[in-house]
Amino acid sequence: MAVTEHAPSGARRTVRPARHTAKRWNPNKRRKSWKLTAVMTLGLIYSLLPLFWLLVNASKTQANLFSTNGMWFGGHFALLDNVRQTLTYNGDEFLHWFGNTLIYVVVGAGGATFLATIGGYGLAKFDFPGKRGVLAVVLGAVAVPSTALAVPTFLMYSKIGLVNTPWAIIIPSLINPFGLYLMWIFARDAIPNELLEAARVDGAREWRIFFSITSRLLRPGMITVLLFAVVATWNNYLLPLVMLNNPKLYPLTVGLVQWDAQSQEAGGAPIFNLVLTGSLLMIIPIMIVFLVMQRYWQSGLTAGSVKQ
Amino acid sequence: MTATIRTARVWRRSAAVVAAGALAAAGLSACSSSGSGTSAGAGSTANASSIAAALQKKSTITVWAWAPQDKDIVAAFEKQYPNVTVNLVNAGSSTTEYTKLQNAIKAGSGIPDVAQIEYYALPQFSLAGSVQSLDGYGLDSLKSDYSQAVWDAIEVNGNLDAVPQDTGPMALFYNEKIFKQYGLTVPTTWDQYVADAVKLHAANPNEYITSDTGDPGFATSMIWQAGGKPYTVSGATSVTVDTKDAGTAKWAAQWDQMEEKGLLSQVSGWTTQWFNGLGNGTIATLVTGAWMPDNLETSAAAGSGDWRVAPMPTYTSGGTAASAENGGSSYAVMKASSNALVAAGFEQFLATQPGETILANEGGFPALNSILNSSSFLDQAPAYFGGQKINEVLSAAAASVLPGWSYLPFQVYANSIFPDSVGKAYENKTDIAAALSTWNNASATYGQQQGFTVTVK
Repeated sequence: MAVTEHAPSGARRTVRPARHTAKRWNPNKRRKSWKLTAVMTLGLIYSLLPLFWLLVNASKTQANLFSTNGMWFGGHFALLDNVRQTLTYNGDEFLHWFGNTLIYVVVGAGGATFLATIGGYGLAKFDFPGKRGVLAVVLGAVAVPSTALAVPTFLMYSKIGLVNTPWAIIIPSLINPFGLYLMWIFARDAIPNELLEAARVDGAREWRIFFSITSRLLRPGMITVLLFAVVATWNNYLLPLVMLNNPKLYPLTVGLVQWDAQSQEAGGAPIFNLVLTGSLLMIIPIMIVFLVMQRYWQSGLTAGSVKQ
Repeated sequence: MTATIRTARVWRRSAAVVAAGALAAAGLSACSSSGSGTSAGAGSTANASSIAAALQKKSTITVWAWAPQDKDIVAAFEKQYPNVTVNLVNAGSSTTEYTKLQNAIKAGSGIPDVAQIEYYALPQFSLAGSVQSLDGYGLDSLKSDYSQAVWDAIEVNGNLDAVPQDTGPMALFYNEKIFKQYGLTVPTTWDQYVADAVKLHAANPNEYITSDTGDPGFATSMIWQAGGKPYTVSGATSVTVDTKDAGTAKWAAQWDQMEEKGLLSQVSGWTTQWFNGLGNGTIATLVTGAWMPDNLETSAAAGSGDWRVAPMPTYTSGGTAASAENGGSSYAVMKASSNALVAAGFEQFLATQPGETILANEGGFPALNSILNSSSFLDQAPAYFGGQKINEVLSAAAASVLPGWSYLPFQVYANSIFPDSVGKAYENKTDIAAALSTWNNASATYGQQQGFTVTVK
C-alpha cells in the first residue's frame, strides 16, 4: 500500500506542533529505550511468525510439507502450482466459497454498518421515551459473545425455515450491538446540535440531513464499525458451521475446514498444501482492507476519548 | 473406504464439538417421534417391483455422504437410471454430519433422503425414529450377501435400518523392517504383542509398538474382539450397561500392561506426527480396520514396502481367529424422505455389486461377500505392502468378526466424553478398567437424561 502520509486526514484540521520551536515536553522525542525496543521486536516476531510460516508452507507440495524443515523453504517451490490447484480443486469450490464469503461480508457487514450508523445517530440526537432502556439493552448485548448465540439462533431460525439459506448468515451479521454503541458515542460528540438546528431551519428534512450532512461527519466512526464488522463476518466460523449443511453455501472458513477434514477420512486424500494455500489466499483481501482503511481505523479508535 | 473417521479426532475440533454437543443434546430424544413428514411407501406395498417402477419415474433425491467413492457411484447410478437425479451433498464427515443431521431433524426441514451413517452411530438415529425401516422393501433378501456381524450392525432392534457400504474388520498392520531390525516375532497372541512392545521400547526408546492416547472407537472394537458385550439394547428405550463385562476386563488388563508402563506412543491418531511415525517406523504396528491401506499409501508414503498385514492377535495361543469391526459406514433412508422408494433403490445399488465394485476399485473395503471372496480382489498385491496379498488376510478378518455386538443408542455422545475419564487415565498412566467403569457410568447417566431406561450392572 502506498500510504506514505501517516497523519490521519481528519487531523489536518488541527494545527501541527511546530517542530523547531517545541522546547517543552514532546511525546515524539522521548529517550529511546532498548528494553522497550526488544519487547516490541519480540512482539513483532510473535505476530509475524505465523504469517511467515503460512507463506513458507504454502509454497510446498503435499509430500514436501513433512519431509522438509517447517520454518524454511524447501524442495520444489510450488506456490504458483498450489494456487492454481487451490482455485480449481473439486470444480472451483474455493472460488465459489470465496464468492459466498464476499456476499456475506458485503451484505452482512455493510448492512450492519448502515444500521449501526443510523441507529447510533438516532439515539444520540433524538429524544424519545425508553432511551435509557435501549442503552441498557445495547450495553447488555455487547457483553454477550456471538458464539454463545449461535445455538439459540439456530433453534429459532429452524422454526422459521431460514436454516441452510444465506439469510441464516446475513441476518445475524446485521445486528452489531458494539457497532451501535460506538456510533452512538461517536455521533454524540462528532455532530454539533447547532449544525442540525441550522439544517432544519434551512428546511432540510431529517433523511436529507442524515445522508447529506450527518453521514459525512460520521465517516471515521462508520469506517471503524465497518472494519470490525468486515473482520467478524470474514472470519465467522461457528454460525455458518451450525446453520449451513450445503457446501455450495459455505463461506471460506467452513469450506477450508472441510478440506482439512478430508485427511481424516478413510480413503480421503489429504490436501494440506491446498488448505495452507487457501488460508494464505483468504487473508490477503482482509489485509488489503486493513491497509487501505487503517488511517480511519486509528482516528476512529480514539473517538470520544477526548472531550471537546 | 468410506467412512470411518477415526473417532479420536472428534474432540480436538473444539468449536465444532461445542456446537455438536449442544445441538446433539437438543436434538436427541429417545422417544421422539421426530422426523416429521410421512413415510411414503412403507409397509407391504413396497417391494422390489415397486422400487424398480419408482426408479423409472422422474425424481430427485438428496444424499448426504462423505465417502470419496460416492461421486462415481452416483454417476453410475444416474447412468443406469437416467430419470433419477441424485443430489450428492458432503455435509461434513462423521460427527460433523451427525450434528447437522440431528439439527435438520430437529428443524424438521432440510433432511436428506439418504444419509451415510457409521455403524456405531446408526442406533442413535434408528432408535430415535429418524430412520425409515427397510423391512418390506425387499432388501432383507440381501442378508446372505454379508457377514453376520455386518448384518447385526444394520439390523437395529429387529428392524433392517440401513444398508452397508464399507467395513473395517480389524487386522494387525506391522512394519516388517522394524520387526526384522529388532528381532521381533509377529505376534499371534496379545501376550506376545506386549512382549514385543517391551522388547522394542527397551532396545530403542524412540520406538513404540503402537500409539494410543485413548480412542473410544478403538477401545470398543478391542472390547468387541475380546468377546465383550457391555451394551445391550432391548426395545426402543431399554439399555443395559454392563460395567462388569468379562471382555471389557480382559482387554483392559491386557492393554494396561502397556499403558501404565509408558509403552504406547502418546501421539494422537490422524495427526501429521502420527503419519510421520507410521512412515518412519517409530510407530511399529497398528491394530485397525481394513480400510487403512489406502490411508497408509497416501499419508505415510515413506513407509512404502515396509508394511505387512497379519491377523489380529488373540488371547489364547492357537485360539480361533477373532476380529472386530472398527469403523465402516452404512446408508440409511431417513424417515422424512418423501421418496423412500427411490432412496431404497439407490441404497440397493450402492450396497450390491455395482456400487461395491466401484468402492473396492477406488480403495474402499467393501462389505459384500461376493467381492471379498472374488479372486480379482484377493489377488491384489500392492507394492506398499511389499507385494503381499493383503486382501486375503483382510477378507479372512471380515469372516472372523465376532457376531452379537451392539453399540449404545447414544454412542456418539458417549464417545465424545471418553477423554474425560479414559483419556485422563492414559494421560496419568493409571488403571484403564477403573476409567472404563467411570466412563460407562457417565454414559449411562446421559442415556437416562435422554429418556432411556438404563440399567447399570
